[in-house]
Amino acid sequence: MSEIVADSFRQPVRDPVSLVPVRSYWGSVWQRLRFDYVTLFCLAVILLIVASAVFAPWLAPMDPDKSSMAYRLRPVGYRNFMLGTDEQGRDMLSRLLYGGRISLTMGILPVMLSTLIGGLFGVVAGYYGGKINMAIMRTMDVFFAFPSILLAIAISGSLGGGITNQLLTLTVVLIPPLCRVAETATTQVRTMDFVDAARSTGASTMSILFTHVLINVISPVLVYASTLVSVSIILASGLSFLGLGVSPPTADWGLMLATLRQSIYVQPLVSAIPGIAILVTSIAFNLVSDGLRQAMDVRA
Amino acid sequence: MWLYAARRIVLTIPILLGVTIICFALVQIAPGDPIQNLLSPTSSAADAARLRAAYGLDQPLPIQYFIWLGRVLVGNLGTSIANNMPVAGEVMHAFSNTVVIALISVALAFVLSMFFGVIAACRSGQLADKLITAVAVFGISVPPFWLAVTLVIVFAVNLSLLPATGMGANGSGNFSYFQWTSLKFAVMPITALALPPLGIMTRTTRSAIAEILNQDFIQTLRAKGLSEASVVVHAIRNIMPQAIAMLGLQLGYLIGGSVLVETVFTWPGTGYLLNKAVQTRDIPLLQGTILVLATAFVLINLFVDLMQSLIDPRIKRS
Repeated sequence: MSEIVADSFRQPVRDPVSLVPVRSYWGSVWQRLRFDYVTLFCLAVILLIVASAVFAPWLAPMDPDKSSMAYRLRPVGYRNFMLGTDEQGRDMLSRLLYGGRISLTMGILPVMLSTLIGGLFGVVAGYYGGKINMAIMRTMDVFFAFPSILLAIAISGSLGGGITNQLLTLTVVLIPPLCRVAETATTQVRTMDFVDAARSTGASTMSILFTHVLINVISPVLVYASTLVSVSIILASGLSFLGLGVSPPTADWGLMLATLRQSIYVQPLVSAIPGIAILVTSIAFNLVSDGLRQAMDVRA
Repeated sequence: MWLYAARRIVLTIPILLGVTIICFALVQIAPGDPIQNLLSPTSSAADAARLRAAYGLDQPLPIQYFIWLGRVLVGNLGTSIANNMPVAGEVMHAFSNTVVIALISVALAFVLSMFFGVIAACRSGQLADKLITAVAVFGISVPPFWLAVTLVIVFAVNLSLLPATGMGANGSGNFSYFQWTSLKFAVMPITALALPPLGIMTRTTRSAIAEILNQDFIQTLRAKGLSEASVVVHAIRNIMPQAIAMLGLQLGYLIGGSVLVETVFTWPGTGYLLNKAVQTRDIPLLQGTILVLATAFVLINLFVDLMQSLIDPRIKRS
């Protein structure tokens, strides 16, 4: 039995799953996730946050942009303002729900784009090696000379604010690390015997790439990409905090935090709410990616 | 050793050149024509062309780059648009303020992370491990500027223990880190800066120590009757190269990434300067600050790599 355990999942014996001998890769990943309650809980939290953002127009009790000078900076639970009001008398709950739309988009979309672009460059660099590898990876090294937030501020600060520029900035910032992960994984796979075997049977470059290389590169890249979602959310909120994101009055968690900063002496709790939203979302994404890494058995 | 050091130093030069290219490109991707901003609305196209030639903007881009690079190499980072001061002086002054709190924060985070990381690794799966991991995840996930705002709410507004912003009445002029009246202004910025690297380094230390403790030589140490404490010391010695690497990386991140925290506390460092540059769209100031910070980051990484090769004999050979 110990052989089965060692071969199939490298899990301790107490895991009942590992006693089942044959299962597809994704099947076994799911089996391990099933018993990881922390990850499942965080996954549920993420789904909840995503759903609340998607259904914001139906869930929000009020118009998020409707201000009222008579009701500025009301505390949590004031009349029908469940989470109070901001410095312009807008309903915090509604703004939080709508703000999640932009904040989540800025967490997920740049990661998807840079996974595609960075992953492609990384696989090409890793598979072809030689000069192509040199050219791609040395270019990426230059971007690694910047701490991510600095690079984001540099690009965003030059391009100016706005949602498209923010998206562009975050994508550029996240490409180099993803490219490096994809390159490392591809280089490892490329030298393996089964790739040589495939080549010796006359398989074309494309079919080797798709059937043998990509399938082995995809899980480390995906796991790494999932850790970047919370990085992206925090970077995006930081940029919005500096005024380099959406333009007011659009609701966005980072921007809300920035404008409410002036009100911390009046309504400390209300001013902290957007930050709590960012924190909860980012913790949830972080823990899910931790769980994924364990379930997919990828070394960090 | 010397061969490795020389190789490593030579390899840094293309990276630094790449950094200057990116910084140069920042001005190019900025929307708007810099010449139009300098001209009065009544000036003619001929005036514009003359001014363009005077600034060298009529040259092809590579030529412009080398002219700019030549100036940068002699320490001329251009002139700030907002106040017409040389950028270099302003950046250097702010840089000194940033470096000091970054150094203190990272040193604090390093010592604490080693302590917590080792405890968590030795008590793997127990309550202490879970608590430490939870704090570490919090540190990684919390937006640093929000942490800064929260600290202000708690310690400046509610408890009135610490000043909320600035560097004190005298500014940075006669600021002393050895006097509480000055130092108290730095306490909250340092705390807000230290937490994210603390989280990251604690996790790294924990997993590194846990991995070492699983190796055969540790079992040998235990078998020959060493106390658990000296076994742990052996483990710590083994992760030192890794620990130094992460220390340098985090220091670099703090120096470059303190923008938001410094903005919240109006700490007059490079981060505050960057924020000013962004708000006033002062591209030369932005470019100069980024260039100095990125160069510092590259040099710190170089220094760390060299330190590592001193500590870890395995690196020299490869």
